[in-house]
Amino acid sequence: MENLISIITFIPLIAATILGLFLRGDDRAARQNAKWVALAATVLTFLTSLGLLADFNPADPGFQFVEERTWLAGLTYKVGVDGISILFVLLTTFLMPLVILSCWEVDTRVKDYMIAFLVLESLMIGVFVALDLILFYLFFEAGLIPMFLIIGIWGGANRIYAAFKFFLYTLLGSVLMLVAMIAMWIDAGTTDIPTLLNHQFGSETFSLLGIQVVGGLQTLLFLAFFASFAVKLPMWPVHTWLPDAHVQAPTGGSVVLAAILLKMGGYGFLRFSLPMFPVGSEVMGPLILWLSAIAIVYTSLVALMQEDMKKLIAYSSVAHMGFVTMGIFAVNQQGVDGAIFQMISHGFISGALFLAVGVIYDRMHTREIDAYGGLVNRMPVYALVFMFFTMANVGLPGTSGFVGEFLTLIGIFQVNTWVALIATSGVIFSAGYALWLYRRVVMGDLIKESLKTISDMSTRERFIMAPLVAMTLILGVYPALVLDVIGPSVEHLLSQYQTALIDGGATMLAAN
Amino acid sequence: MPSIILFAPLVGALICGFGWRIIGEKAAMWVATGLLFLAALLSWIVFLGFDGQTQQIQIFRFIESGTLSTDWAIRLDRLTAIMLIVVTTVSSLVHLYSFGYMDHDPQWREGETYKPRFFAYLSFFTFAMLALVTSDNLVQMFFGWEGVGVASYLLIGFYYRKPSANAAAIKAFIVNRVGDFGFALGIFGLFFLVDSISFDEVFRAAPKLAETNLTFLWTEWNAANLLAFLLFVGAMGKSAQLFLHTWLPDAMEGPTPVSALIHAATMVTAGVFLVARMSPLYEFAPEAKTFIVYLGAATAFFAASVGLVQNDIKRVIAYSTCSQLGYMFVAAGVGVYSVAMFHLLTHAFFKAMLFLGAGSVIHAMHHEQDMRNYGNLRKKIPYTFWAMMIGTLAITGVGIPLTAIGFSGFLSKDAIIESAYGAATPAGNFAFWLLVSAAVMTAFYSWRLMFMTFYGTERGDKHTHEHAHESPRTMLVPLGVLAIGAIFSGMVWYNDFFGKTSAVETFFGMEQTAKAESSHASLSLIGAANAAENGKEEPSSSHDGEKKAAAEPGKGAIYRHPDNTVLDDAHYVPKWVKVSPFIAMLLGFLGAWVMYIRRPDWPAKLAENQRPLYLFLLNKWYFDEIYDAVFVRPAKSLGSFLWKRGDGSVIDGALNGVAMGIVPFFTRLAGRAQSGYLFTYAFWMVLGIVFLVSWMTIRGGAI
Repeated sequence: MENLISIITFIPLIAATILGLFLRGDDRAARQNAKWVALAATVLTFLTSLGLLADFNPADPGFQFVEERTWLAGLTYKVGVDGISILFVLLTTFLMPLVILSCWEVDTRVKDYMIAFLVLESLMIGVFVALDLILFYLFFEAGLIPMFLIIGIWGGANRIYAAFKFFLYTLLGSVLMLVAMIAMWIDAGTTDIPTLLNHQFGSETFSLLGIQVVGGLQTLLFLAFFASFAVKLPMWPVHTWLPDAHVQAPTGGSVVLAAILLKMGGYGFLRFSLPMFPVGSEVMGPLILWLSAIAIVYTSLVALMQEDMKKLIAYSSVAHMGFVTMGIFAVNQQGVDGAIFQMISHGFISGALFLAVGVIYDRMHTREIDAYGGLVNRMPVYALVFMFFTMANVGLPGTSGFVGEFLTLIGIFQVNTWVALIATSGVIFSAGYALWLYRRVVMGDLIKESLKTISDMSTRERFIMAPLVAMTLILGVYPALVLDVIGPSVEHLLSQYQTALIDGGATMLAAN
Repeated sequence: MPSIILFAPLVGALICGFGWRIIGEKAAMWVATGLLFLAALLSWIVFLGFDGQTQQIQIFRFIESGTLSTDWAIRLDRLTAIMLIVVTTVSSLVHLYSFGYMDHDPQWREGETYKPRFFAYLSFFTFAMLALVTSDNLVQMFFGWEGVGVASYLLIGFYYRKPSANAAAIKAFIVNRVGDFGFALGIFGLFFLVDSISFDEVFRAAPKLAETNLTFLWTEWNAANLLAFLLFVGAMGKSAQLFLHTWLPDAMEGPTPVSALIHAATMVTAGVFLVARMSPLYEFAPEAKTFIVYLGAATAFFAASVGLVQNDIKRVIAYSTCSQLGYMFVAAGVGVYSVAMFHLLTHAFFKAMLFLGAGSVIHAMHHEQDMRNYGNLRKKIPYTFWAMMIGTLAITGVGIPLTAIGFSGFLSKDAIIESAYGAATPAGNFAFWLLVSAAVMTAFYSWRLMFMTFYGTERGDKHTHEHAHESPRTMLVPLGVLAIGAIFSGMVWYNDFFGKTSAVETFFGMEQTAKAESSHASLSLIGAANAAENGKEEPSSSHDGEKKAAAEPGKGAIYRHPDNTVLDDAHYVPKWVKVSPFIAMLLGFLGAWVMYIRRPDWPAKLAENQRPLYLFLLNKWYFDEIYDAVFVRPAKSLGSFLWKRGDGSVIDGALNGVAMGIVPFFTRLAGRAQSGYLFTYAFWMVLGIVFLVSWMTIRGGAI
């Protein structure tokens, strides 16, 4: 099929339209229908995306399944995938049916909720497949609207504040990115991403407002994109919106946020920053490595002291994203492979952890760690699943969490041993906060009166967790499933980067 | 066959852990135990039939990225074969023992199912441990390394209702992670320099590493020394060496079979195994080796001193384990890896037996663990008494001096002490004196344990003493089997581990260094001393003309640098050196006999007279308190500070300071129109796109 990607991208949107136009009423049957339609659509999307993977040729580092059409006002609709983006598409389509299932018990404005998730899915896939700057920007920014709605309507008590914080953070990044995109278009005369990837942006040092800008235009463009991606990922110190957003978001929203939305930042670095502005990356790289190292230790320490389960996991997410940025800006095969692997793996693990919090939140309606204790006595299956993902979260070998951390660390060691040392110490802290959380929630005797009747995971909940357990384990034992797909594209990216650096006069930089 | 050995415990763990609801509790436990006995049987077949040639079996691909390429694979050589029998034998016996010990555990309420979970954890541990010892590269080893850590965590915290057990479990995991931190950095460094982390490649590169400098942190280091040291940090954590030992005594919170299997015989010896496995690297890292000798000797001394005054029967044995591991590291550090493995093997038998014997005592005494409440139990539990007696004779090193006849510990421990002296280095001498003193203390605390438990008068609860009973057969049979090992394993394998150099080399599949055995007794002593003092010495400048060119590192299971003649020299140490551990043992025995049989009032008086020293020992040199003050509390306050001040005041303050001024305005707006801010956002975005599109249309039109 020539337009497979478009089909995958728009199935959820079409389903959302159908729901919006044809589903009437708000009785029980209508709600059930809305859920079933959403589930069917997301499952169909997933199955179709498997076709994408089956026909994908990993040996070819270029873009595949490319579709190109002229669109309104002289714009181009161009989509396609390469080894770097395809797995993010699959991660999205894989997780969305589980997200829908996790919302099965929601009963306020069900139809709208489902529409929000379906629209969100289309937009997220769009981000990963877009091969045109304008199209990318459209998907990237529009995706926030359904996310805002999900937090703003179905969220917790303090949702307005949380959504606002997110908004303020993101706005700055978006504006700068937009300006950068215009600058790129002026410089290159096109918005076509594959073309831009081979375009040399200026890198001559010039003076701006009295400041010497080393790396010139590339550094400025890099910084503009960085503002957007760093907030999204999020990197320290612009991470403080994330814990608040997670705390207020409903379970499904948290899962999407942690598992997929954050990855857009990492993806952006790989798609734009690294290949298009290699000189800028080289100039700013050391700073980012240090920010990553700080992020890992800082947020791990903060996580240690959290009293809210979701906040703790949110901080742990920031720490894990620290490994991602560190791996990317190590700019070697192990580092970048590890960063991508870490993002995929974190999608499963953090998604599962937020679902696990959701399981007990649904029963007790609190996220306070102190409100729990001794759950293992009544919820043995839950205890097992939670243990598994706790261990995956601390990067236990044999789970996917290990591979990403290991590769990024082995990558960074070749570049900067200080950063490697600091980041590696993260394995100690992560064990600290994760096991302490587990102990306070699950271990011990069950003495709290309110917990005496709590029930173990239902069949539906087990059904949601099972695929996540399987993926975490399979990727942990046989990571080649991912590494084989991304390897050639990453290799291509890195060789382009090195060539561009030499052409861009970075030899001069290196000599300094 | 090695694949079956490796995977049988995993299958057992899965069937037992998940299948017990289907096949029933008892059946599940028998499946796990049966598979373990199968693995043990096959391991013995492999060990006895092993010809010394290294075999590699690929299973499938693991992490591959750029030039990094690792497999799941099994490496079978003499080291692996030794570890296979140690792990599977002890594990299968502990499985069997647990049938009796875990029956009617008072920690659990009526009708609760806990036994299949216990057996599943045990089997899972065994799998992880086997994965560790059969690994063919450092990543797979790290998998096993952390895998046993998790199993240990789960088993220490097995009594999950007990807060102390949960705390001990977390402590064990985190302290081990500190070690793993060093281990991981070592792996990264090896990959950086060697471009591979498979053992073969690393071993081949070892001589080159000794001549390479690596920039790490603030300065340049000798690569071999630095990397060997980093790997050893991992070993320190897992093997509870000084500074990273604090988790081991606390780990006694786990059920006693766990202590026997994990915290005595197998997992804690992984560090020793690591050093032996990486012997080609350590042979080129003289400074790292010296450090190991100092630290091992210090640990042996420290732990034995603390063991003198502990009252919990399991803690005494735990400190004893810590101390014995120090002995093994001394052997590895002076370069006689075979002797380290020898002590590892014999220690596995007698220490597992001591723990299981202690478990039998605890079982008989209704889970009382304080030795002050024991006394005069030898008549009530005679079988256990004799087992413990054999264990004590083995650990204290009873045998006929100057011969190779004696209990297993006699042969292996004396071999270490002789090697330390034979190394003829400052570190070796330091270790020799510390180890001999530790041997006095070992004998003292071991006999103190025996006397307090089985002799003297009945103390503590009368009722408990009246109902003291011998354990069931499932618990006694493992004791008997281990007793055979504790008596004979030293004598049987003496020549293979600590015999003539050629015998040891044959046993470990090393290349023969065709040397006249007798001609250089004194010469080599000087040569070894020179070599050690000068650090890396050119092979050509060494003393022995007949020597062949250096054997290639990685040929056999362990590697010996051509200049390293300690194994041989250890046989030519003066007579008084050879007799000294025996005298030390007698002194310790006499001390304990006087204080606990002859004059039972003395210990209390001594504790009174020497109060500060007594408290210092009783509180384990205050390590826990210091660590709490230096690491745990500051980490927590720092976390709190960063959260409230860093995230709260500084970041949110700075970033939102201006912006938050307008928040109330928007919030009011939002309050009125539900999600008004959303439209604002959408408006901005649409505005942006409109702007972009019009710009492009105009410019595009112009072009």
